[in-house]
Amino acid sequence: MVDVRPGYRRRLGSLGWHLLTLAIAAVVLYPGLWMLLSAFKPTNQIVGSVNLVPVNPTLDNFRTALDGIAGVSFWRFFGNSMLLAVGSVIGTVFSASITAYAFARIDFPGRRIWFALMIGTLLLPFHVVIIPQYIVFNQLGLVDTMVPLLIGKFLAAEAFFVFLMVQFMRGLPRELDEAAFLDGAGHLRIFTSITLPLMKPVLATSSIFAFIWSWNDFFGPLLYLKNSDLYPLPVALRLFVDQTSTSDYGAQMAMAVLALAPVIIFFLVFQRYLIGGVATTGLKG
Amino acid sequence: MAGYGFLSLWLFGFFALTAGPMLASLYLSFTRYNLFGSPEWIGLGNYQLLLSDPQFRQAVKVTVTYVLVGTPVKLAAALAVAMLLNNNRRGQGFYRSVFYAPSLIGASVSIAIVWRAMFIDNGIVDRIGSGAGLDWGGWIGNPSLIMPMFVLLTAWQFGAPMVIFLAGLKQVPADLYEAAAVDGAGPWRTFRSITVPMLSPVIFFNLLLEAVHAFQVFGSAYIISNGTGGPAGSSLFYTLYLYQRGFQDFRMGYASALAWVLLVVVGLLTFVMFRTSNAWVHYGGDEK
Repeated sequence: MVDVRPGYRRRLGSLGWHLLTLAIAAVVLYPGLWMLLSAFKPTNQIVGSVNLVPVNPTLDNFRTALDGIAGVSFWRFFGNSMLLAVGSVIGTVFSASITAYAFARIDFPGRRIWFALMIGTLLLPFHVVIIPQYIVFNQLGLVDTMVPLLIGKFLAAEAFFVFLMVQFMRGLPRELDEAAFLDGAGHLRIFTSITLPLMKPVLATSSIFAFIWSWNDFFGPLLYLKNSDLYPLPVALRLFVDQTSTSDYGAQMAMAVLALAPVIIFFLVFQRYLIGGVATTGLKG
Repeated sequence: MAGYGFLSLWLFGFFALTAGPMLASLYLSFTRYNLFGSPEWIGLGNYQLLLSDPQFRQAVKVTVTYVLVGTPVKLAAALAVAMLLNNNRRGQGFYRSVFYAPSLIGASVSIAIVWRAMFIDNGIVDRIGSGAGLDWGGWIGNPSLIMPMFVLLTAWQFGAPMVIFLAGLKQVPADLYEAAAVDGAGPWRTFRSITVPMLSPVIFFNLLLEAVHAFQVFGSAYIISNGTGGPAGSSLFYTLYLYQRGFQDFRMGYASALAWVLLVVVGLLTFVMFRTSNAWVHYGGDEK
């Protein structure tokens, strides 16, 4: 159970531990591995077969997937996803860092109340705001544009990021601020030349999360985008599944793999930041 | 004032995107409104309609089952694996990354499609079942097996709460375990008397966050049932029903009432959890 207990540790043993964890890892990895390998199989080998490894690997599925759907090429969907994800990263880093600075570094009347409200939005089901938001964006003629999907990112609407940055800023030495303050620097100056450069790790974590969440987002684009030229990958993928009649599993798996590829690459490169970020939010709440 | 200057973006967003729309949806929930014309006040009409709506009852049943079963299963897996990883063996970082990965992609459309292909009639899970002499059939088309499938999908994403548990376990002072070992406490006793109390703030945090999120599951339900919530309403998750009423039938007033019921339920859950937390959540004296 815990390594400090010598009796238990001896019984479990290093080998047993590795076998057990490896077995869990195999179960956890199985669906992903199955998806990847199925993308190289003809459809009749995916359903109705228990083979994990393709017998005659083929790239046909990827050709079908890259052809796109509804006259729109795969790369167009990819570009839309990229636009939304990069826009989300810029908006989030910009607005959440400014907001977090206010909460973590400036004493002003009402701060505690606003902070409590900000944390409250972390638990607020967004369904309670989505209907009026939709009505307003509809009346402003912004449905079928990317504005409704990006505006919240530029207004620090995702409390997770503000919270993450506040947690991080609280760990930065206040003496730096005070020294700069005595030298006549204002908050804007302190924020841009002292705090921001020190925040690089948490800005990296936030950027990666913002990118991946936007990349995977399904509900927002489903709601606001009607024109398939504007679809990001998740909505395109759903259309693809609909129109290839549920039978072409090979092509569906190939498209699913292509849609996840950037996320997987991001994860492999930046896993440290992601895991560190998650661990931070759960502690010292 | 500098404070409000820095807060202005968030404040504007809070009023324009959160507080304002909340009030608007409260108002809309007392009206009949289909996006055209103007909302027509019908008082408590929508809420009365909810009480006699069998699909609403079905959606509540599906969602509450999912929250009550899926969340504890996921957290139990998260805690068990976190305890398994809480040592200094080699490969710990690797395992932690592997286990965390599904949390990042679990809600994606890609994974929902994979899940569907795996659990469909004659799919891999069906085949494995037949091989083991079990007559499962496809879980997707079976009203009594589709919920276990969703529970497996959420339990598979145990990595995020596991990372938080692991961070919490690392802060438990080792001398407590040493003292327990000296006193001759067994593993179960140590777990109950040291691990759980010392970890209780983190358990509380994970429980609250996961339960609140479980109430709001949407994407996988939508993809797997192709937006229908079938078979026989067995995957009619609450938010999917809300989406159908609001954005397929454009019954904005009724959907707003649904949203407010969800808000009240989640709010009550949060309130009750915070209220009862004093009894079982132990915050250490050395708050830094």
